[in-house]
Amino acid sequence: MISSDLLEEVTVELLRRAAVTLPRDVISALEKALEEETSEIARTQLRTILENVRAAADTSVPMCQDTGIPIFFVKGVCGKDVVEGIRKGVSRATAEVPLRPNAVHPITRKNEGNNLGIDMPYIHFSPGDDATVEITVLPKGAGSENMSALRMLSPTEGMKGVRSFVLDTVLNAGGRPCPPIIVGVGIGGSADIAMALSKKALLKPLDLQHPDPELRRLEEELLDALNSVGIGPMGLGGRTTALGVKIEIAHCHTASLPVGVNIQCWAARRASVRIHVDGRVEFSTEGFW
Amino acid sequence: MNLRTPLSERAVRSLKAGDTVRLNGTIYTGRDEMHLRALEMHERGEPLPIDLKGAALYHCGPIVRKDNDVWTLVAAGPTTSARMNALEPRFIEAFGVRAIIGKGGMSQPTIDAMKKHGCVYLAITGGAAVLAAKGVKRVVGAEWLDLGMPEAIWKFEVEDFGPLIVGIDTNGDSIYARVEADIRRNLPSVRKKLRID
Repeated sequence: MISSDLLEEVTVELLRRAAVTLPRDVISALEKALEEETSEIARTQLRTILENVRAAADTSVPMCQDTGIPIFFVKGVCGKDVVEGIRKGVSRATAEVPLRPNAVHPITRKNEGNNLGIDMPYIHFSPGDDATVEITVLPKGAGSENMSALRMLSPTEGMKGVRSFVLDTVLNAGGRPCPPIIVGVGIGGSADIAMALSKKALLKPLDLQHPDPELRRLEEELLDALNSVGIGPMGLGGRTTALGVKIEIAHCHTASLPVGVNIQCWAARRASVRIHVDGRVEFSTEGFW
Repeated sequence: MNLRTPLSERAVRSLKAGDTVRLNGTIYTGRDEMHLRALEMHERGEPLPIDLKGAALYHCGPIVRKDNDVWTLVAAGPTTSARMNALEPRFIEAFGVRAIIGKGGMSQPTIDAMKKHGCVYLAITGGAAVLAAKGVKRVVGAEWLDLGMPEAIWKFEVEDFGPLIVGIDTNGDSIYARVEADIRRNLPSVRKKLRID
């Protein structure tokens, strides 16, 4: 039994780590982009981004003022106490890190000031083992999230339709989601499942190869194409539009082909923790794969 | 190039798309809710609590912390300017703003208002909130806190705030339009690469 107090402590620390430190795989991808970028305006943007990432880590300050809404993924033992612990942790982290209070009521737009609300933080649950709980937080900013999209393709449109939709979504987003972006793609399931998969795809480190060779090729093909479009860092032109394309799939109805695209900004923040029932705690910004 | 607020029409009209500038003086933050309320008040003939003539407006919802009644800025990167597209032409005309700082650029009606009234769009690196906050020397004041921290008006004293890239100048020349033209040129070969022609 993992106590609600421990979960609260761990949640505060998770949110702090996510807001302040960019995962190593994302920093490497940004550094590689700077090496390969030829446009001077684009290089200025990438240098500013990397300098900002270092300054945030050195001073323990959130790298971006949009510290997002707290989206959690919990795997393993899970009861009411986990939800309670996470909620208390979110409220405390908002004051302590500090995080920007972003959560508002969707209709009245009232802001409670603590990032709590109806189903906020949102928690995705999945089964795990009995000995541990793994919690990952993906604080998601609105600039990138607002550019996300769903299309219910006809199965006859096939993979050509999928490639076309991903390209259209990134073109429509342009400079608005703070490129270089990471593109999460969910193929299959139903409307809601495709969107959930597209967000789950963003949890994987950029350098973790997809186990399915065909999907790996599709990810590479899409990434290469997106980086030939010319949107560039911050939409100011250049060859670095995306740092990665990540795909997750699920079986779907024979008459459907849902495709979800979830766009992530360069500040692709995530942090994970594994809590053992004996109270041991392991943190990781890359997650447990 | 260094600019100081309040900005004159002449100084602003001398800037060209692609120039890099840094800003000194005072800047005000304003997002969706601030634009809505300011324009509603203007229509009713009520004065705003701040003077925006010659001002630089920053599309930004910062993280600010209050310790012993003193505001301290934590992080202050830009928000997506396109959300203000529908309101910005009237805003520029009503209040005489001379520079808009943000990310992602703005639509044609705003560009037309910039040309007509003498206002530039300055692009700041999105998400680089710690560096942006370093250019802010002091939080001078806050208005409309009832809108919540991100949507309130924050008044910042800035020094060498930037680097800012002139994204849209007063001739209507726009880096974003140049990029769009490049994208249109690149698109046929991208579509061929993806076998979606």
